[in-house]
Amino acid sequence: MSPTTFGWLILLCPLVGTVVIALDFEVFKDRVSGWIGTSAIALSFAFSVAAFIALENHSPSDRQFTSTLWNYAVTGGLDAKLSVLVDPLSVFMVLVVSGVSTLIHLYSVTYMTADRGFNRYFAYLNFFVFSMLLLVLAGNFVLLIVGWAFVGAASYLLISFWYRRTTATRAGLKAFVINVVGDVGLVLGTFFIFKHTGTVDFAKTFKLAPQVFPHNSTDITVGCLLLLVGAFAKSAQFPLHTWLPDAMEGPTPVSALIHAATMVTAGVYLIARMHPLFEQSTTAEDVGAIGGCITLLLAASVALVMVDIKRVIAYSTMSQIGYMIMAVSAGAYSAGLFHLMTHAFFKALLFMAAGSVIGAMAGSQSLDRMGGFRKALPFTFACFVIGGLTLSGLPPFSGWLSKDDIIGFLDNRGGLFLVLGIAAYVGAFMTGIYTFRMIFRTFFREPVEEARELEHGHLHHAEVPTNPMTGEEEDTDVGFPGPGHYIAEREMPMKVAMGTLALLAVIGGVVQIPGVDNGIERFLEPTFADSHLKEPSTSSAWIGLVVGALIALAAIGVAYRLWVARPEIPVMLRERFPGVHRFLSNAWYIDDVIDIVIVRPALWSGRVAESVIERIVISGGITGGTVGVIRAGSAAVRRWQTGFLRYYAAAMIVALAGVALYFLISST
Amino acid sequence: MAIGWYLTVSALIFCIGAAGVLTRRNPLVILLCLELMLNAANLSLIAFSRMWGREDGQVFALIVMVVAACEVTVGLGLIVAIYRRQLPIDVDELNELQG
Amino acid sequence: MSQVLFFIAAIGAIGGAFGVVILRNPFYSVLALVVHLISLAALFLLLRAEFVAAAQVIVYAGAVMVLYVFVVAYVGSGEELAGGSALRILGPIFALALAIELCIAILGSALKGISGKGAPYLLGFGTPAHIGRLFLTRYLFPFEVASLLLMVAAIGAVVLARRRRGLEGPDEQFEERISAPRPAYTGTLAEAAGTRAAESAAPEPDAEPVTTGAPNPDQGGW
Repeated sequence: MSPTTFGWLILLCPLVGTVVIALDFEVFKDRVSGWIGTSAIALSFAFSVAAFIALENHSPSDRQFTSTLWNYAVTGGLDAKLSVLVDPLSVFMVLVVSGVSTLIHLYSVTYMTADRGFNRYFAYLNFFVFSMLLLVLAGNFVLLIVGWAFVGAASYLLISFWYRRTTATRAGLKAFVINVVGDVGLVLGTFFIFKHTGTVDFAKTFKLAPQVFPHNSTDITVGCLLLLVGAFAKSAQFPLHTWLPDAMEGPTPVSALIHAATMVTAGVYLIARMHPLFEQSTTAEDVGAIGGCITLLLAASVALVMVDIKRVIAYSTMSQIGYMIMAVSAGAYSAGLFHLMTHAFFKALLFMAAGSVIGAMAGSQSLDRMGGFRKALPFTFACFVIGGLTLSGLPPFSGWLSKDDIIGFLDNRGGLFLVLGIAAYVGAFMTGIYTFRMIFRTFFREPVEEARELEHGHLHHAEVPTNPMTGEEEDTDVGFPGPGHYIAEREMPMKVAMGTLALLAVIGGVVQIPGVDNGIERFLEPTFADSHLKEPSTSSAWIGLVVGALIALAAIGVAYRLWVARPEIPVMLRERFPGVHRFLSNAWYIDDVIDIVIVRPALWSGRVAESVIERIVISGGITGGTVGVIRAGSAAVRRWQTGFLRYYAAAMIVALAGVALYFLISST
Repeated sequence: MAIGWYLTVSALIFCIGAAGVLTRRNPLVILLCLELMLNAANLSLIAFSRMWGREDGQVFALIVMVVAACEVTVGLGLIVAIYRRQLPIDVDELNELQG
Repeated sequence: MSQVLFFIAAIGAIGGAFGVVILRNPFYSVLALVVHLISLAALFLLLRAEFVAAAQVIVYAGAVMVLYVFVVAYVGSGEELAGGSALRILGPIFALALAIELCIAILGSALKGISGKGAPYLLGFGTPAHIGRLFLTRYLFPFEVASLLLMVAAIGAVVLARRRRGLEGPDEQFEERISAPRPAYTGTLAEAAGTRAAESAAPEPDAEPVTTGAPNPDQGGW
């Protein structure tokens, strides 16, 4: 079967899963819908592997396949069709997305077991996977935008999954609004590009791009900058990043899937896919790289002081995506996508392990209340450590190879990118510190009460469920988290999922060892063949790798000293520099700045519009005025209706005389 | 006689009828003055009919007569109804169809 | 000869018209109108409209005026009160103005249509045969409509003038009904427009208000 057939099948499976679960949600009892959802995505993954094999059967230069099912609107210069593009890049993304999604579905079957919204959860999750696959497999701008929007919608549905929590719904709204800003950028960018190329099909656009757009001309720069706005909003980069920490209100598997492995990588995919356009505009490339770098440093610095375990991992995601955006903006496509893959592995693993710890803590997420879980949660501890080492970039884990691949490329490209590369090393240092801060605070030192209970085999349950962010009381009815708490040590599906990811995180790097086998680079070669930027030589790549490893080791050492050996130092640092601590805790006050600059003026203008324009002008002036004028006119006319017959007759006679006079005069 | 004479007579009768409508207060007399005006119109119709040599004007005049008869019938019925309710037979007093 | 007749008829017509307007007693006005109608019939004959003249005498003077006489006799020819209003003086002035205008229009040289001699006389002009033929061919539709109109008028007159409760005694109940205060909001337009407050204090216990959506008298609503 041809690769595109597999492409359609890949899209079909999660769609069918969603529809089946959604329509029969009252019928399915127990965990049936969970297994249906998981099997749908597993089937999709099987088809992705089949597509990969089918693609490999063709020669490298002949690996771009499009297939159109029907035409939406092929008229008047527009050629919008329902078409997929199956080429190495999309197959790569599909493999990562469907593979990690399968494991997360497996994990969720256990994690969400006692929740009253179990069926709803899996319907949403399957819908999300469908949208993400649609986004990645899209063959033209229109379908990309459709997938983009669907992904945003699915994100909103899943963030505010526990919809009776005000914090959750507010977070969902915030995410959706910022995503819409990105959508606007994406659509406008598409328009700018369509204006010149006259087609929305990817293959045709990319072929036309070098001819139609002079290098660094205004239109292509503006178009690419608008596309960047879209990418930044979806991938939570500065300044459209404020939604991602709040999005941790969703269930932990959701955070793992959407906000670590898949949705936030859509921006990276976008830039990689649009690379022929971006290479025509160096300004846009520079903006993208600088934006990624700023986010990288910002997020890493904030993660150093975060207390909520999920938010630490969220800021870590933001930081790592910064790396990827920097990479694909600078032209290191295969390096960036390699990091996307490894990041999906280890970040999902970290989130899953965090979910297990939160289960042991009976819903609490605060690092201040955790400690010493090493003996109580051995498997979780092992997974957490593997994830943390991979994230910090220690050899021989996959994260080391991918992250330092990127930095090596940047250093090689020189100029501005060398500066960015050095900043990336600083970020890597901070990454190691905050990661192991999290690990040391959770698993080392004195076991807390929940850990001691767990060592004796008793899983702690909260008497009164509370909102982990605000502490207000909740219940476990529909719309709130269910009463179950699950840890990996006791649940087999969670163990299987986390184990698989841990294994992949460890050995996943073997496909791209510089100098030995450039598996990813070679696989993606056909897509990026038209790129004029070259990968660095093997030796410079190895130098970067060694530097990265040393930095990671130093970071782990610093973290050990601060949080295990001499735990009074962080306390002293916080007292010595309260301003810095507050600045970082409030995420550089960006949320407040956005509130003052954008949110409050918008609310104010809404209030003004209501009180002034709506009430006074429209209701009072326009409708009230019209009514008043008509009333006054009628009152004036009414005074002539006196009821005296003879006056009426007199009026008629006078009018008749007047008309006759007129005709008399006009005829002379 | 030249047609102008007939038309002048018609005009005078019409205006006398108009003066009557405006001046009198008894609805019966007002109806009579209305009859005057209708007859004046009839006269001018017949005059023109003679002038052009076609009987269409006479047919029109007959129809006007029919209408006048109907109108008188209904008007007198109204006056009888008013009288029955012992309201004053005076158009200046019957002025509630106002506003 | 015809001119003499014309002047006699014309003076009769105008005199009758004056009589209608000036005479105080309504009965005398009716009689003046009869004189006027007969003079007009004479004028019609001079204009060779034989059938119309006959119809005028038979129908108009014969039937309609008789009806008038009946009604005047029933209603009573009360003496008219001297009323003061500006129209007593302005009325004749307006009418005079109109008359002058019309005479100027007719007698001035403006209207071309009335100059000239007119058509020659065709045999049978104005005879019932010719009128009948016109009625039944060209003006069939107005003819039918006119008959329908007559029927409507007859029914209307019967409805207007009938007694409400059949052939019972004299109108004592009418008297009660009229002298009793009228309930508010029973639908005079003045009340609806709010320019005239309700006549009564309390409505009758079994009277239902007839209006739909009783309007607020303070507001002059719709």
